Amino acid sequence: MATEASRQPVSWFRGFYAAGVVPWVGRGLVVLLFVWLGVNLSKTPGDFGILLVEGVTLGLVYGLVALGYSLVYGILELINFAHGDVFMLGSWMSLYIGVQKLGLDASSSGFKVVWGLALTLVCAMAFCGLLNASIERVAYRPLRNAPRLAPLITAIGMSFILQDVGLKQLGSAPVSLPNILPTGTVFTIGGNKYGWDHLIVGLSALPVLALLVWLVQRTRQGRGMRATAQDQEAAAMMGINVNGTIWFTFMIAGALAGVAGLLYALYSTNIAYDQGFTLGLIAFTSAVLGGIGNLPGAVLGAILIGLIQQFNEGLSWHAPGSDWTQSIVFAILILILVFRPEGLLGERTPEGG
Amino acid sequence: MSAAAAVPSDNILELENVQTFYGSIEALKGISIEVKHGEVVTLIGANGAGKSTTLRSINGLNHPRRGRIRFQGRDITHASPHDIVERGIAQSPEGRRLFPRMTVLENLIMGTFQRKDRNNKKAVNEDLDRVYSLFPRLSERKQQKAGTLSGGEQQMVAIGRALMAHPKLLLLDEPSMGLAPIFVDRIFEIIREINSQGTPILLVEQNALMALDVASRGYVLETGRVALADDAKKLKENEDVKKTYLGVAD
Ligand SMILES: Nc1ncnc2c1ncn2[C@@H]1O[C@H](COP(=O)(O)OP(=O)(O)OP(=O)(O)O)[C@@H](O)[C@H]1O
Ligand SMILES: [Mg+2]
Repeated sequence: MATEASRQPVSWFRGFYAAGVVPWVGRGLVVLLFVWLGVNLSKTPGDFGILLVEGVTLGLVYGLVALGYSLVYGILELINFAHGDVFMLGSWMSLYIGVQKLGLDASSSGFKVVWGLALTLVCAMAFCGLLNASIERVAYRPLRNAPRLAPLITAIGMSFILQDVGLKQLGSAPVSLPNILPTGTVFTIGGNKYGWDHLIVGLSALPVLALLVWLVQRTRQGRGMRATAQDQEAAAMMGINVNGTIWFTFMIAGALAGVAGLLYALYSTNIAYDQGFTLGLIAFTSAVLGGIGNLPGAVLGAILIGLIQQFNEGLSWHAPGSDWTQSIVFAILILILVFRPEGLLGERTPEGG
Repeated sequence: MSAAAAVPSDNILELENVQTFYGSIEALKGISIEVKHGEVVTLIGANGAGKSTTLRSINGLNHPRRGRIRFQGRDITHASPHDIVERGIAQSPEGRRLFPRMTVLENLIMGTFQRKDRNNKKAVNEDLDRVYSLFPRLSERKQQKAGTLSGGEQQMVAIGRALMAHPKLLLLDEPSMGLAPIFVDRIFEIIREINSQGTPILLVEQNALMALDVASRGYVLETGRVALADDAKKLKENEDVKKTYLGVAD
């Protein structure tokens, strides 16, 4: 009886779905979004323009983190909840090496900034790569054949542990960094300045993305990764070292988080122990928006989320504002899961993505 | 058969009293099998007899709990699957197990993953041509995603992919499964052809009659044990085999 009653709403929903109502609600929301953007564009084109550029810049940094979620999900169907915190520790490592050890600051010579940042980048990538791969080794591999819930729980546990490490190193208040990158203006749109620091951050993400595409599409390791993602046993039968490949994938995902950690620290000049949670949520939503497991999708999703965040926080006509950013990101996550679980570029699978 | 063969023998593969488990289920209860250089050996048996498990024990996907497996005289009982492939055992597995989002060509190339000469374009292309001449159908479908092929076409890719590995020993798990009768004949011709070029084959088949035709020796598995082991010709004449596996009642 009770089950009969509780089933009722589901079949109502099914009825709407069958009648094509739900997809139309989804389309309606997208149309409203464009109307809102259009009105803002006509009212304040200058703000709109700069937010567009800043959104893409930020989105590229988010994309580096989102790729880490997607790479790992693609190969293990596991959401590595600790990934955002690996990224946070990447920012911490950048602070530690770049600022505290090498003493980079606003007055450093151009030459010192270049080699200093290069060294910091290498350290952050190596640190985050090894950290992420170690997490795989100790927290996920022993549970490879356990029920799905088990690695999810250890993932959340790892996330807390890393956050506590961050708290210990960074303290509970945000830490600000000096302006290591030049802050001069590249161009202005309607009186709004776009700085060199942001341009450098955005452009730095591009070769990293290109390198990843090359790695996955063109190298032997990449072929091993793609095969392992599609069928682990079949991959083993081809002579692929499956455990090694999974370890390597975590390594790459971590290295990307390391790059993002540095770029984010340079972009915002402000880092905090809990940035892994907020940014992790954003990046994870980006990965789901693009189609989790789909690499170009993760970058596309991240750019869209970067834009949505910038527009939300910067536009003046009926924008909810930065207090609502996290709620909006979560709302987007829920809407995708309802309307298009396979994401924008993901394949529709029988299981629904 | 039970005597430990420590001296180099004419066996390329030896299983000695292999016991393999799935959790607490004992799927193989101590089986001993040999494959000699250059021969085709077939494993026949009812559903669930342990044929696929035998192959999975050999290729390292399910390590035996007891017993020994030797390949070319070396112990591979506990070697990892990729190591075993590297030593020269390739297979076309049950259920084909293609990479569905890769094209036919990419799947075939995956077969060369562990080959030392995998970067030698010429050698790889020659092998591709060989596969295409065995299965002309595949050359028309090179760029099609493997997941969208018909069952029979997928079977051809699975066999072709195993050949691309240049195996020293080929394991085939029900290669005729899901194929139309003319293709079944063709598959058995191909098995002969591959073998005539020197590759020993361990063949698991439901189609016992054809399997015993192409094989020189055969093993009949029954619930995880070797019930019969003999020359293929003799097995074909065996009354029990006739009744149970060949569907001949006389
Ligand atoms: N993953 C598994 N978990 C538990 N039991 C298994 C598993 N795989 C196989 N078995 C059991 O092991 C036994 C042997 O199975 P196997 O697949 O080797 O049979 P087979 O001879 O290949 O049969 P078929 O002709 O149907 O392919 C069966 O009783 C089966 O139920
Ligand atoms: Mg089987």
